[in-house]
Amino acid sequence: MIQMNVKKAVQEAPTRTKLKVENLGFYYDNFQALHDINLELAENRVTAFIGASGCGKSTLLRTFNRIYSLYPEQRATGQILLDGENILDKKQDINRLRAKVGIVFQKPTPFPMSIFDNVAYGVRLYEKLPRGILEERVEEALRKAALWDEVKDILKQSGTQLSGGQQQRLCIARALAVEPDVLLLDEPTSALDPISTLRIEELIDDLKERLTILIVTHNMQQAARISDDTVFMHQGRVVEKAPTNILFTNPENKQTEDYITGRYG
Amino acid sequence: MDWHYFKRRLMNQVGQALALMATLFTLFWLVWLLTTLISQGWQALDLSMFVKDTPAPGAEGGMRNAIVGSLMMCLAGVAIGAPVGVLAATWLAEYGRGTWLASAIRFVNDILLSTPSIIIGIFIYGLVVVNTGGFSGWAGALALAMIILPVVVRTSEDMMLLVPDQMREAAAALGAQRWRLIIDVVYRAARRGMVTGILLGFARISGETAPLLFTALNNQFLSTDMGNVMANLPMMIFQYAMSPYSNWQELAWAGALLITLTILAINLVLRLFWREPKKGH
Repeated sequence: MIQMNVKKAVQEAPTRTKLKVENLGFYYDNFQALHDINLELAENRVTAFIGASGCGKSTLLRTFNRIYSLYPEQRATGQILLDGENILDKKQDINRLRAKVGIVFQKPTPFPMSIFDNVAYGVRLYEKLPRGILEERVEEALRKAALWDEVKDILKQSGTQLSGGQQQRLCIARALAVEPDVLLLDEPTSALDPISTLRIEELIDDLKERLTILIVTHNMQQAARISDDTVFMHQGRVVEKAPTNILFTNPENKQTEDYITGRYG
Repeated sequence: MDWHYFKRRLMNQVGQALALMATLFTLFWLVWLLTTLISQGWQALDLSMFVKDTPAPGAEGGMRNAIVGSLMMCLAGVAIGAPVGVLAATWLAEYGRGTWLASAIRFVNDILLSTPSIIIGIFIYGLVVVNTGGFSGWAGALALAMIILPVVVRTSEDMMLLVPDQMREAAAALGAQRWRLIIDVVYRAARRGMVTGILLGFARISGETAPLLFTALNNQFLSTDMGNVMANLPMMIFQYAMSPYSNWQELAWAGALLITLTILAINLVLRLFWREPKKGH
């Protein structure tokens, strides 16, 4: 069984590194939340980040689009290379970076505007498109997010009036409309019911053909279901990274094993 | 029945009764005030109020000049105070959040919020009236602006802080610069509360007398010149209620009723038509 998994993992082995994290440290004021993180994340794969609350997995995710820089007391050290370019470099244009790296948060955050304007929001920040082309982009994004059929007749309605699961797919559509390379998902289904969760999981599976996906999740079944690789973190450090089927069946590290078998966390 | 449980139930009933009595006590005065105001002011409140100016002793008249003056000064006060207030609140809620300077400004704003309006009147008197050579509608508008300013700062900041940070993060994550996300997302999400604050501020300044006493003074005649003395409802009420003539006193009642109805109307409109839309699920 294990042998088979190893074989499968080898067959699926990635060809190209999308993100390379080197000696990454992260600080909230004087508190160091991440220590010496080194990771390579492959293109067109889903990587899950698991670990107990406070282990730093969300913090790590939030460095990939530098969203932490909204808060002056937070800072990162080390390097994160996106296609070989250091995104933590001060010279890096932060809004260009965010066009390449989209994020969806735990709680759906539809803007108080129409469904159409929600999806068009990011596109309009970068491109001045004729109405017709913008409409196509919005439709395409909503289709990719598996929301088009439900909202195509109510595009002018406020995005805040959708159900929780629909709102979350709207947020995914909004991120996709900018046509990013990388999609960060920070516990995207933890506020949703099981049916909405399932839809989003199916969606993630479709999206990885075009995107590199990083997902933080508290739900280990979810990590096992949807990810190709899994990173286990503990107290601000990466303990183990492996193809998901290996990490969940034959972890190298004792801490990883304790966590995934529910002995703590 | 269990004695302890019985006592608990009794306490509950006593508490409820006390709370109900307190509510009735409050309502009693409010209803008394309103019924007196309506019964006294209603007869005087006819169309001539809106087309005639304040009369000379013994003569008949209306309060057109006071209505026009009040409206102009209140609107000018809002036009000056509200934008400054919204911008100040924006700095407090968005840029200065967590800094000592923001705490200091917030503290000073709270002091301004509770400053007696007569002090603001005297301040503008010393600052504007003395230096510009006389009482004027602009001085009145400035005094009213200073009264509405801290109200707007306070309500707008509170409303903007109610917008979850995740919303700001979501906009920033799509590549919106700070100023864009504030205008596109934060203002949009907070606008109902902010407009409510401004309208309630308008209601508040429409009844202010003391600051106008030192600034706009009063005018027996219709004037739309903000550079000169200006009639206004609160001063008109003050002057005519104190007079010995019964038709003047009636006029004061009518003016008081008019202000009250305006404030009531603003509140009702806010309650009925300016609500958050219901969320569908």
